[in-house]
Amino acid sequence: MQVLQVEGLTKNFGGLRAVDGVDLTVESGEILGLIGPNGAGKTTLFNLISGTIKPSAGKVTFLGENIFGLKPYTICRKGLVRTFQSCKIFPELTVFQNVILGAFFGTSEKKSWEQAALQTREILEFVGLAHLSDVPAANLTLLDQKQVEVARALATQPKLLMLDEMMAGLNPAEVEAAMTLVQKIRDQGITIIMIEHVMKAIMNICGRIVVLDHGKKVAEGSPKEISTNKKVIEIYLGE
Amino acid sequence: MLEVKNLNVFYGNVQVLWDVSLDVKEGEIVVLVGANGAGKTTLLNTITGIIQPASGSVTFLGKDITGLPPNEIVEMGISYLPEGGRLFPDMSIQENLEMGSFLKKSWKVRKERQEQVFEFFPRLQERRKQLAKTLSGGERQMLAMGRCLMSGPKLCFFDELSYGLAPKLVKESFQMLQMLRDNGLTIFLIEQNVNQSLEIADRAYVLENGRIVLQGTSEELKNNDHVRKAYLGI
Repeated sequence: MQVLQVEGLTKNFGGLRAVDGVDLTVESGEILGLIGPNGAGKTTLFNLISGTIKPSAGKVTFLGENIFGLKPYTICRKGLVRTFQSCKIFPELTVFQNVILGAFFGTSEKKSWEQAALQTREILEFVGLAHLSDVPAANLTLLDQKQVEVARALATQPKLLMLDEMMAGLNPAEVEAAMTLVQKIRDQGITIIMIEHVMKAIMNICGRIVVLDHGKKVAEGSPKEISTNKKVIEIYLGE
Repeated sequence: MLEVKNLNVFYGNVQVLWDVSLDVKEGEIVVLVGANGAGKTTLLNTITGIIQPASGSVTFLGKDITGLPPNEIVEMGISYLPEGGRLFPDMSIQENLEMGSFLKKSWKVRKERQEQVFEFFPRLQERRKQLAKTLSGGERQMLAMGRCLMSGPKLCFFDELSYGLAPKLVKESFQMLQMLRDNGLTIFLIEQNVNQSLEIADRAYVLENGRIVLQGTSEELKNNDHVRKAYLGI
């Protein structure tokens, strides 16, 4: 089943075409990797799909429904949620408070405080943050802050989760832990698109990879196809 | 060249660095490895005068620089590229570079220094009028390194040079570091990209929970069981 279908998606910033006619389909249950040089338009593509910025042209269909140009909170409540490259958590709130916000405002489902609190505790347990529940988010390490953002996204009960450079700034051992978490989330039935420069993660957990350059899709395929693709090596991987 | 002795640093009542000692010799590339939250950036902020230590000393070229304000430390020949580069997004390449020579002595020779930077990074010269915010990730990194050089440093601190960069640019950044070292600069790095930084570094320190727990040559640390398990993920 197709979760997401993107056709001819385009965004102009003044004279610059940051995203240029991108087609993309995402199948239910897959982990799709999105890579490309810095400035290729990866985050802009996330912004367009999630409604953070308005596309100039194209079509975005999520679970059979047209979501082109909808507000980000509307899209989120339909089950499409994203995280940010630089954490957008509330620093003065505790970990628990950050995550419960997702449970309340990220879904259209009405729920009591008790229900939301229970769900929040389960998610914190799931991502391994339960022991930090009452700590103000500002006091956490970068790794933990990123996990809070993932937890808050999960609290919105998404069908599709888009992760923007979750692993930047993590050392190789921390990357391993993050990879395990992403796979665990997928195993819960949540489809994932991830932007990542950490090749170890991309090549090991993504079933399929899409490569962007100058706003255009320049390659698509399995990790093996991508890692041996001449164009991708030239513009992105090096040597 | 640089000697840090028994540095203790607190944030309020919380101690974040415990008796940290290390040294950097002229012409070396030294890398500091540690998990997120270990205190790496705090250590750089302390050495460069942004944070005051509770006790301990920092000596640079034989002079005690502990507790000096950052601008005086820059004047003595230390330069710092903070995490994320911290460029001035609405200034041009050239203006960003000029900000790197804000000190009186450097200001007089800013034209010559800029020529040197352009020799290292010809791309910056081509785009000198372009605003920093319109540059690609790799160009920003070049500009941040270039701005660092505008104060005429002898020792440079780089905090996560490779953060968020595509693999090809990571390789290029490490090549740039080697080029700078070959041109006489001494370099102290913080890097999460442990594999690649150990490839180019002469020596490394490992910081955990605010304490130096290991040190040695890059070769020694690459083969150390704890480093392999905790940082290389092998």
